[in-house]
Amino acid sequence: MDLKTLTFIVVGATFALYIAIAIYSRAKSTGDFYVAGKGVHPVANGMATAADWMSAASFISMAGLIAFLGYGGSVFLMGWTGGYVLLAMLLAPYLRKFGKFTVPEFIGERYYSQGARIVAVICLIVASITYVIGQMKGIGVAFSRFMEVDFSTGLMVGMSIVFIYAVLGGMKGITYTQIAQYCVLIFAYTIPAIFISLQLTGNPIPQLGLGSTMADGSGVYLLDKLDMIVTDLGFREYTTSSNGNMLNMFLYTLSLMIGTAGLPHVIIRFFTVPKVRDARASAGWALVFIAVLYTTAPAVGAMARLNLINTIQIGAVGSPTGNVEEAHLPDWMGRWKETGLLGWEDKNGDGRIQFYDEAGLGDKAAAYGWAGNEMTKVDRDIMVLANPEIANLPNWVIALVAAGGIAAALSTAAGLLLAIASSISHDLLKGVFMKDISEKNELMAGRIAMAGAIMVAGYLGLNPPGFAAQVVALAFGLAASSIFPALMMGIFDKRANSHGAVAGMLAGLGSTLLYIFWFKGWFFFPATAMAANIPENWILGISPEAFGAVGAMINFAVAYAVSHNTAPPPEHIQHLVEDIRIPRGSGGASSH
Amino acid sequence: MSGNSKGAEYWKRNLRLVFICLTIWFICSYLFGIVLVEPLNAIKLGGYKLGFWFAQQGSMYIFVALIFFYASSMNKLDREFDVHED
Repeated sequence: MDLKTLTFIVVGATFALYIAIAIYSRAKSTGDFYVAGKGVHPVANGMATAADWMSAASFISMAGLIAFLGYGGSVFLMGWTGGYVLLAMLLAPYLRKFGKFTVPEFIGERYYSQGARIVAVICLIVASITYVIGQMKGIGVAFSRFMEVDFSTGLMVGMSIVFIYAVLGGMKGITYTQIAQYCVLIFAYTIPAIFISLQLTGNPIPQLGLGSTMADGSGVYLLDKLDMIVTDLGFREYTTSSNGNMLNMFLYTLSLMIGTAGLPHVIIRFFTVPKVRDARASAGWALVFIAVLYTTAPAVGAMARLNLINTIQIGAVGSPTGNVEEAHLPDWMGRWKETGLLGWEDKNGDGRIQFYDEAGLGDKAAAYGWAGNEMTKVDRDIMVLANPEIANLPNWVIALVAAGGIAAALSTAAGLLLAIASSISHDLLKGVFMKDISEKNELMAGRIAMAGAIMVAGYLGLNPPGFAAQVVALAFGLAASSIFPALMMGIFDKRANSHGAVAGMLAGLGSTLLYIFWFKGWFFFPATAMAANIPENWILGISPEAFGAVGAMINFAVAYAVSHNTAPPPEHIQHLVEDIRIPRGSGGASSH
Repeated sequence: MSGNSKGAEYWKRNLRLVFICLTIWFICSYLFGIVLVEPLNAIKLGGYKLGFWFAQQGSMYIFVALIFFYASSMNKLDREFDVHED
């Protein structure tokens, strides 16, 4: 059976499964729609959280980024896992005890202010929409390669599927679908990794294979071999090449961690468990399921890089026959060239292809008779999807990876869309503009808001800016600088009041948006950037993606200063804070 | 909650536990994985340089262990101060 048919069957089967689950677990009340009736077991919730959390960026882009950044890619690994520690200890149990449906609802009540609630809704929508853009790019890449349809058609199919199960099932449908999606995506991610690790090192566990010797009998460690070959070709050493300076690595990681803990679609997952105790444990289970993929990713990245180089550099660097002949390039390269995500050109006319870093290799290239790097385009986002083809794995594995990538993108998109929809229908409509809306009408409004959010996401998906993982990183900066500090101050500082919270959120969000737009262009239109997005222009070498941590510090400082110089919050709010600090009496769902 | 001093003591114990956990969290990621990565890279763990291992493997295993440690310690603390659920 050819690859295309096989892919259609595998992807089609997973879609049928998701829709069947959605019909089975249809939402009947607003409680079902927003928080799945608060009856999800912590392990199941952990698994759903993991799928919700692991986006197209985690599945498709991250290993590719690590493959080309080497050690510098660690910011994504530590940043996107360490936030769960913050979540489990600083937010999740207290927010569960508070027992409401949305993040702005907590902020509105804790800071006894509709203004604070509306600011929180704005922060939530900005962060979530930015994040959705990253998912759309992922869906487009997966579809355009595997279904051999154009980007926009693929996107429409993906959006229709989300539409059906998210609008119908709400959080209840999404939760059970996400459990199925986790199984699909983790299977799809680990199977090729196990095969490739086995081929290269003889060790079937990728986490151990990465630290093992090569299976070719040379006794050389895989990472040492990789370091050697990349430096011979002028690239930076794999295991030490950092991502900007040390301060940038530090703040980038911190931004991703705080952002993780501040992302509304992750936080609302902890409203769905029955008890405070379950909220703590659920964060642990979520991280277990996430870590399965995240500890495999460094192996996938390093091995994909080594395989790619070995495909092109078949002999000694600089020897006349050291490079692969253009006529003998493997089939998978031809297939990816058609998508425009991979490209090459025989610049020196020797009939062979050279892949090296021009600046790093310097004069040596001319001595070898090389006239420039001939791999003119290697899109990092293709590394995971091309991986099984690079390693000559059977077609069913390739089909499975396509289904896994799509599962990752769909599960995250659904979670984000729910967070956006609930903040519109519950916080804006019911909370501010139409206080006496009936439950039935609120449920309908939630569904309409969700459909609207899908349309907006679809439009942005057709005009996506940048690498999926980098766009997503911006959403983290925004969540880190606005939502996380307001939540944490609300729980840990009884003196924090509404003026402080609003001023803090606006200062944090404003400074971060300004820094990002300054270098990336206003609203991401590159032509309007105020300064070139290069390290020389950044303040202290801090990249726009890493600025969220600074924004969060500004938020904390402003909120603290303003709160402690204005009137303290009323008595009943101080009692509310004392009450959420103890687990007893968490009770069931309540919307009032 | 019976009496404010007991509530204050429970909260103090919670904060102390959080502080200990977050100190470990900081050491295994920011300190070993970023700030001290170069000196640690001189030590090897199989084929891994140690600093690189902390950044790309070790920190994540420690994060998982930390959350479960915190959750079980808090469950004990809840019972000790009689604030547990059901």
